Amino acid sequence: MKLSGARMLLECLKREGVDTIFGLPGGAVLPIYDALYDFEGLRHILVRQEAAAGHAAEGYARSTGKVGVCLVTSGPAATNLVTALQDALMDSIPIVAFTGQVPTHLIGNDAFQEADNVGITRSCTKHNFLVKDGKDIGPIVREAFHIASTGRPGPVHVDLPKDILVKEAELVWPESVHMRSYNPNYDGHPGQIKRAARLLLRARKPVLYVGGGVISADASAELLELAELTQIPVTTTLMGLGAFPSEHPLSLEMLGMHGTYYANMAVHHSDVLVAVGARFDDRVTGRVDAFAPHAEIVHIDIDPSSISKNLKVHVPIVGDCRRVLRALVEAVREELKTEVPAPVRDARRQWQTQVAEWKEKFPLRYDWDDDVIKPQYVIQELSNLTRGEALVVTGVGQHQMWAAQYYKFKHPRAWFTSGGLGTMGYGLPAAMGVQAAHPGRLVVNIDGDGSFQMNSQEMATCFSENLPVKTIIINNSGHGMVRQWQRIIYNERYFAIDLPGVPDWVRLAEAYGCVGLRVSKPSEVVPALEKMLSTPAPVILDVCVDKDECVFPMVPAGGANTDMILELPNKAAKDKAAKSQTGF
Amino acid sequence: MNNGSEPRKHTIAVQVENKFGVLSRVAGLFSARGYNIESLSVGETLDPSVSRMTLVVRGDEFVIEQVMKQLHKLIDVIKVTDLTDDGHVDRELVLVRVNAEPQHREEILRMADIFRAKVVDVTQVSFVLEVTGDEGKIDAFLELLRPMGIQEVVRTGKVAISRGPKSRTRKAEPPRKARVSDDPRVVGFAD
Repeated sequence: MKLSGARMLLECLKREGVDTIFGLPGGAVLPIYDALYDFEGLRHILVRQEAAAGHAAEGYARSTGKVGVCLVTSGPAATNLVTALQDALMDSIPIVAFTGQVPTHLIGNDAFQEADNVGITRSCTKHNFLVKDGKDIGPIVREAFHIASTGRPGPVHVDLPKDILVKEAELVWPESVHMRSYNPNYDGHPGQIKRAARLLLRARKPVLYVGGGVISADASAELLELAELTQIPVTTTLMGLGAFPSEHPLSLEMLGMHGTYYANMAVHHSDVLVAVGARFDDRVTGRVDAFAPHAEIVHIDIDPSSISKNLKVHVPIVGDCRRVLRALVEAVREELKTEVPAPVRDARRQWQTQVAEWKEKFPLRYDWDDDVIKPQYVIQELSNLTRGEALVVTGVGQHQMWAAQYYKFKHPRAWFTSGGLGTMGYGLPAAMGVQAAHPGRLVVNIDGDGSFQMNSQEMATCFSENLPVKTIIINNSGHGMVRQWQRIIYNERYFAIDLPGVPDWVRLAEAYGCVGLRVSKPSEVVPALEKMLSTPAPVILDVCVDKDECVFPMVPAGGANTDMILELPNKAAKDKAAKSQTGF
Repeated sequence: MNNGSEPRKHTIAVQVENKFGVLSRVAGLFSARGYNIESLSVGETLDPSVSRMTLVVRGDEFVIEQVMKQLHKLIDVIKVTDLTDDGHVDRELVLVRVNAEPQHREEILRMADIFRAKVVDVTQVSFVLEVTGDEGKIDAFLELLRPMGIQEVVRTGKVAISRGPKSRTRKAEPPRKARVSDDPRVVGFAD
């Protein structure tokens, strides 16, 4: 049976198990929207700007483990989508993005709303396709979903010329996907796993350093088992939050630039560091040659190119984190049949004491103030009120770091943030995607006033698509993170950071059909949070906080993690920070 | 990261799907990651669905390892082989336009003979010579022509093949099932 390309595309999406599409129509994709008119079984969520469609697809994908799908038109729509594609690439989020394209015979003619879509997205996707024939739609959709969801997940872009969408062709639907050029390796090398197990048990100061790969691979249970079996403390990256319960006795919480003192110290002094699904990002390592300088490094990752990219790895294991961790647990059990030597056991006991001491001496802390709201307090109270069970999304900036530090995560796939790319404006649209995938769950977007403004138009989508996302704006009337850097590193030469007073978020929320709330006193925070949580509609809670508050600990860019600053610096510390600052 | 090894030239063979856009994926990778590419040549192989690129890249062992991994990560790349340290033959074809004044014509032809170069175009005052060879031979030949006045040099970039009876770049395993996009099965809408 012959189908129009547009109808065929929808049929293929249904066969791939897609239930939700985030999109925005336009000329080149009108045939698809015409086909959607009477197509059953696909929910289309109309966003207000194309980047939001991409971020929503990311939120959907990260929260479900399925592939997120977005659909936008040609030209400016495709270029708007680019940020979301790069975001998904850096955070390894599986999405498939469909863009319209001018009809085949006009490609290259500088036609209306034409852009070289595949040329533009080549470097910000895992792979991309230009469909040149209707009968290729099925096989390309099949390959696109396969590539997006397997190996190291990532975004795939499919460009669809309008004439292909109109013309009829036979639907070709391959039962399975075989690609001679793409065969990810899932099982780790048994010999390497054995080596890693021995190394772990011989280690005197071991640390597990865990990233978003553990969440992508659904390997949290295996990680918990390994950590408890070996009693090795666990630190997670920003993307790895939730992979290990924050309040577990073995948890060191987050490491890196704004990581905890104890996580950074433990990693620095470790003699064996096991990286699982993490990629030694510069925000984690600080100065590379000073990162874990005494450690033998085991690196488990699905992506061979992540291994030995930034740092020399002693025991590389390429494979799926879940399968490798499971095998590693088995290997450790096998090794445990022979007794661990007494000196090692003693050293391990000392290590635990040392880590506990760091945790006790230098916990995350901030100064309480009776009159001004401290942003950390808002997040602590949110964490308490929701018992760590909310699905938490953030924008990018100080609020993101405070959310990472003070929200106590219990589960994987409950934390959504733009880690690699640091995309301001990610929060609200991503939260819409999470909410669309989990209609009954509480989704809280912790955002900043600067970051929220970059996609605040999506309040309209929340209202009209019935997505009751709760947004907390940590409002410090400015670009707080930039302010913090200008304060500590650029001698308080503040410039281009003030966002004073406008818009009035309560009135703007109301204008968009959402509920607006505002607090400015510490005593009002808990009642306002309770009111927000009990409101069934989308809510914007504007929390006016202390604009001078900084995120600590802080490792100045280019500094070693042991150079971290724990509080507002005096002159000497400021000089040190300025010195280790190496250009970004 | 530095592992102490010195940067040097590597000859890398890359087999890729013969599809549009593949060359720009490879070229884009090099520019995006800041690797130095010295030459690149592409052509079809015995299997017309596969193209083979020969890349010459300069870097230390760490850089080359990343180059190989990043190339392999591209979805359309089938196989990546570093030919540098195993026996291989590499050749480049060069066309060179050189001044040929009467007093130099004999000498140029003699040198062309020694280097087994061919004269492919002649005028009153110039020759165009065609020469193939490895880097050392080409460099030596150009060096000898330089005093006569070289007007223009056009090089193909290196192609390379491993020595011995067996291919190192061809996949040893039996041919896989056809790609999905080549799948001839046509499935109706109704099923």
